[in-house]
Amino acid sequence: MNDDGSEQTQEMDQYLREDRMPHIWCPGCGIGSVLHCFLSALVKTDIDADKVCVVSGIGCTGRAAGYVHLDSFHTTHGRAIPFATGLKLANPELQVVVFSGDGDLVAIGGNHLIHAARRNIDMTIICVNNFNYGMTGGQLGPTTPLDARTATSPSGNYERPFNIPYLAAASGATYVARWTSMHVRRLEQTINEALLKRGFKFIEVIAPCPTVYGRMNRQPTGMDQMRYYQENSVIQHGADPKDVDIDLNGKIIVGKFIDIDLPTYSDLQLRVEQKAFGPEESKGEAVKKKAATAASKSK
Amino acid sequence: MARRGPLVGEFFMNGDIACAEGGISAGCRFFAGYPITPATEVAERMAARLPEVGGTFIQMEDELGSMAAILGASWAGVKSMTSTSGPGFSLMMENLGLGIMLETPCVVANIQRAGPSTGLPTLTGQGDMMQARWGSHGPYSIIALCPSSPQECYYLTIKAFNLSEQYRLPVLVMADEIVGHMSEKVVIPPPEDIPLTPRRQPTTPPGEYVPFPPDEDLVPPMANAGDGYRFHVTGLTHDERGYPVMTAAAQDKLVRRLIDKIEVNKADIIEIEEDGTEDADVIVCSYGISARVSQYAVELARGEGIKVGMLRLITVWPFPEERIRQLARQTKTFIVPEINSGQIVLEVERCAGGKAETLLLPHMGGSAHRPETILEAIRSAVK
Repeated sequence: MNDDGSEQTQEMDQYLREDRMPHIWCPGCGIGSVLHCFLSALVKTDIDADKVCVVSGIGCTGRAAGYVHLDSFHTTHGRAIPFATGLKLANPELQVVVFSGDGDLVAIGGNHLIHAARRNIDMTIICVNNFNYGMTGGQLGPTTPLDARTATSPSGNYERPFNIPYLAAASGATYVARWTSMHVRRLEQTINEALLKRGFKFIEVIAPCPTVYGRMNRQPTGMDQMRYYQENSVIQHGADPKDVDIDLNGKIIVGKFIDIDLPTYSDLQLRVEQKAFGPEESKGEAVKKKAATAASKSK
Repeated sequence: MARRGPLVGEFFMNGDIACAEGGISAGCRFFAGYPITPATEVAERMAARLPEVGGTFIQMEDELGSMAAILGASWAGVKSMTSTSGPGFSLMMENLGLGIMLETPCVVANIQRAGPSTGLPTLTGQGDMMQARWGSHGPYSIIALCPSSPQECYYLTIKAFNLSEQYRLPVLVMADEIVGHMSEKVVIPPPEDIPLTPRRQPTTPPGEYVPFPPDEDLVPPMANAGDGYRFHVTGLTHDERGYPVMTAAAQDKLVRRLIDKIEVNKADIIEIEEDGTEDADVIVCSYGISARVSQYAVELARGEGIKVGMLRLITVWPFPEERIRQLARQTKTFIVPEINSGQIVLEVERCAGGKAETLLLPHMGGSAHRPETILEAIRSAVK
């Protein structure tokens, strides 16, 4: 992953809060790689970084917001998406990225996830899935495979896990992809593509948690888990999301599953407003008015 | 259909609608909410009105999301609010705490109904007064205002926005079902006659900006997302840079300031109304719809020659401790009618400190007190 060249690394460094290093993530954890992919993807767009907002919930992945030198919000457990919804709808110029974990986005925040997807709110979700609650010491999560051992399933998990891409796609996400933290270049390309697309974009990234999940499931180092990804990942673009379940130590189907264009929440809102009030005063003008309102408050 | 701006003139409207119009007049341009009786009309009004003034309405999937969304909108630089009632207010407590920790201006209107739980959805209550003060976890201070009429729903919503910008926190408008659903005359002044408090924007350039350097009055300036300040904020205990610091010392410094910024500015925040308290033998202290019933009972008692005063709490939090202490030295009894089993009476009793007797007139909810009940209590107090 270091073949990007030093120039890009330097450029990326501007987007890191170096005064917050070292980070809290364990050796072998995959979250740092995913953050790297996000920032390198961002560098390769022409998006004004001043307009990028990173919103996280709670958990290991939730700490990502604290390490980016961008407008960033470390919110409450599960509520990153509705917080991000407020940011985006109040100022449509913002590029809103939600960077959080599987427990945060799919368990406690599951209701917000499906409704933001249904509404097709224009935002990018990067969901790091490490199959457990890492920060609290490795409890089972909504994605823990059947039979996996965790601190709250000591003899093996007997809860059926969510297949997150299927959930996101069924809820209305217009872009759904999955990679592992081993697929750094493909992941970077996917994030880059998602950032440049309008709509509700959902990227799941399978990532190692050797300290708690791996150790309980015979993959005690990050390298063990990466090797598992390498040997078991199957790239299958366009796979039907309902077929991408992950079994314990089973194969991981990765790739881009969904990429469609549908009007966003704001597009449909604008259409209704134009019908109600006539096209002479568009949402664009309303947005400008909003900006003017915001500016006048500063006077 | 034509777009209307802020309304101006005299209107016949209920408290819920007046609350929404107060938001519009205050410059609220983002509303996120979830239908709930008896607050639904606030959301319905906002759904109709915000598009007319270039704002955004969104009906969220629940009140957890509503509260989170208004915080996000506020950080985007847009004044935001939500409305709810008991069950939804309970759900909002989580992100109310985030709003306090991130020092985020916004307004929450709670049109109280009778609880606990689903209780009496269509009937009044005042049972959320202590929840307004202490409902989110951890130590903090809060501002809560109690309207007694639709006109006050309008005016106090504007005031709530101003206080939220001034002190950077969510401000609560604690109405009740009767006030929310009664229709009365509401006068809406022209926009130029409505003083609005601007957001405290940073005066430092982006490179030098730190999110929480305390100003003289303990309230830091607030940058908007997207303006190039590249700030970080977190619900974790943090330092002036907004970075997490997991120590008792950082906690002490931060939380003391969050509390002090309200406590030291109490004189600016607190609004109460007094009538005949100076030489009163007994003072009825109440708020919201209960204060209106109390006022009538006070007038009846005066007709009988009783020296009775009325103290109406418009600001309930922070509590007007000083004034209650003063009055306790010159009156014999406080009577506190409220539509719960005794919440604000605890504060009155605490401040009275044994210098005056405190008598609770509880009501479990579903209607207001009968004036005769309060009148009888006044008579008994002076016997």
